[in-house]
Amino acid sequence: MSTRMVEVRAKVMKQNDLLARALRERFRGEGTCVVGLVSSPGSGKTAFLEKLLSGLARDARVAALVGDLATENDAARLQRATPNVRQITTGTICHLDAQMVEKALESWRLDRIDFLFIENVGNLVCPSSYDLGEELRFVLLSATEGEDKPLKYPTIFNSSDVAIITKMDLADAAEFDLPAARRNIESVRPGMKVFEVSAKTGQGMPAVFDFLHAQLASSRQIRVAAAL
Amino acid sequence: MHELSIAISMIDQILEESETRGGLDVEVVHLKLGTFSGVDKDALLFSYELACEGTRLKGSRLEIESIPLIIYCGACQKNRTPPSMYQLSCPECGTPGQTIVSGREIEVASLEVAA
Repeated sequence: MSTRMVEVRAKVMKQNDLLARALRERFRGEGTCVVGLVSSPGSGKTAFLEKLLSGLARDARVAALVGDLATENDAARLQRATPNVRQITTGTICHLDAQMVEKALESWRLDRIDFLFIENVGNLVCPSSYDLGEELRFVLLSATEGEDKPLKYPTIFNSSDVAIITKMDLADAAEFDLPAARRNIESVRPGMKVFEVSAKTGQGMPAVFDFLHAQLASSRQIRVAAAL
Repeated sequence: MHELSIAISMIDQILEESETRGGLDVEVVHLKLGTFSGVDKDALLFSYELACEGTRLKGSRLEIESIPLIIYCGACQKNRTPPSMYQLSCPECGTPGQTIVSGREIEVASLEVAA
């Protein structure tokens, strides 16, 4: 039987990408700075986010969506910092997608939120394929995981904008080679901004707050300029 | 493993394409898959077969063409193949490459259908 070729040229992620783009425009329009957090399980995403929320809440309105396979423990933990926390339980799915984010945002007034954080499921592989409409993606790497993580998971590091080295209070005990970690990050994502923090001691957190405030101010300036 | 999710999105898209063209009997699906897409080729092949069950694509074959990672070197003003996936720099002059030209695609290129 003969066959013929049909040209298609369709991006498989098109639907997710279109939805993510629409979300990004909506976030920008409402003046909300949206940051995605990705990391492996146990690298301290929730502890870091807890510190981010409580620190930023002093002079900004904050909210968070947290993705997890099954439990709602993370949301309960984060609600100590702000009531604006929603859990996205993904069941067996190892990543968040734009549709889950859109659905979880239902009835939230984005114009009353300055910073929205989206904590992905702990996974350094799958989330890299899914744009969630965030303005910035932070990838977390803990001092206890070892400095070669960026080399093992180059796609997620490359698709992120900022690297956060967490658990710096344990760096010495874990014999963490910080210069090597920084070199590895630079190798997979040249020019990437890196912060070193400890959610436990608070070390390095003010620099992250300043960075996020500057980000919010500049994105709002762009928005005002666009409206003029 | 998110390859099953990707396979399902892909199949939905092909079925939609088939629909708009009045129903195609797809025999082979040609996919371009970037080596820097974060999607594993073998896992996708496996997932594709599973996800085709119960659809009109059952029995079709997935052919994957790997697309290499290529970066743009600002210093040489040329596209270059970096030494590895975890060293995104120019192999000629060593300048770090911040722009990815190709290697991230997950794209259905064409379909072979019964004439």
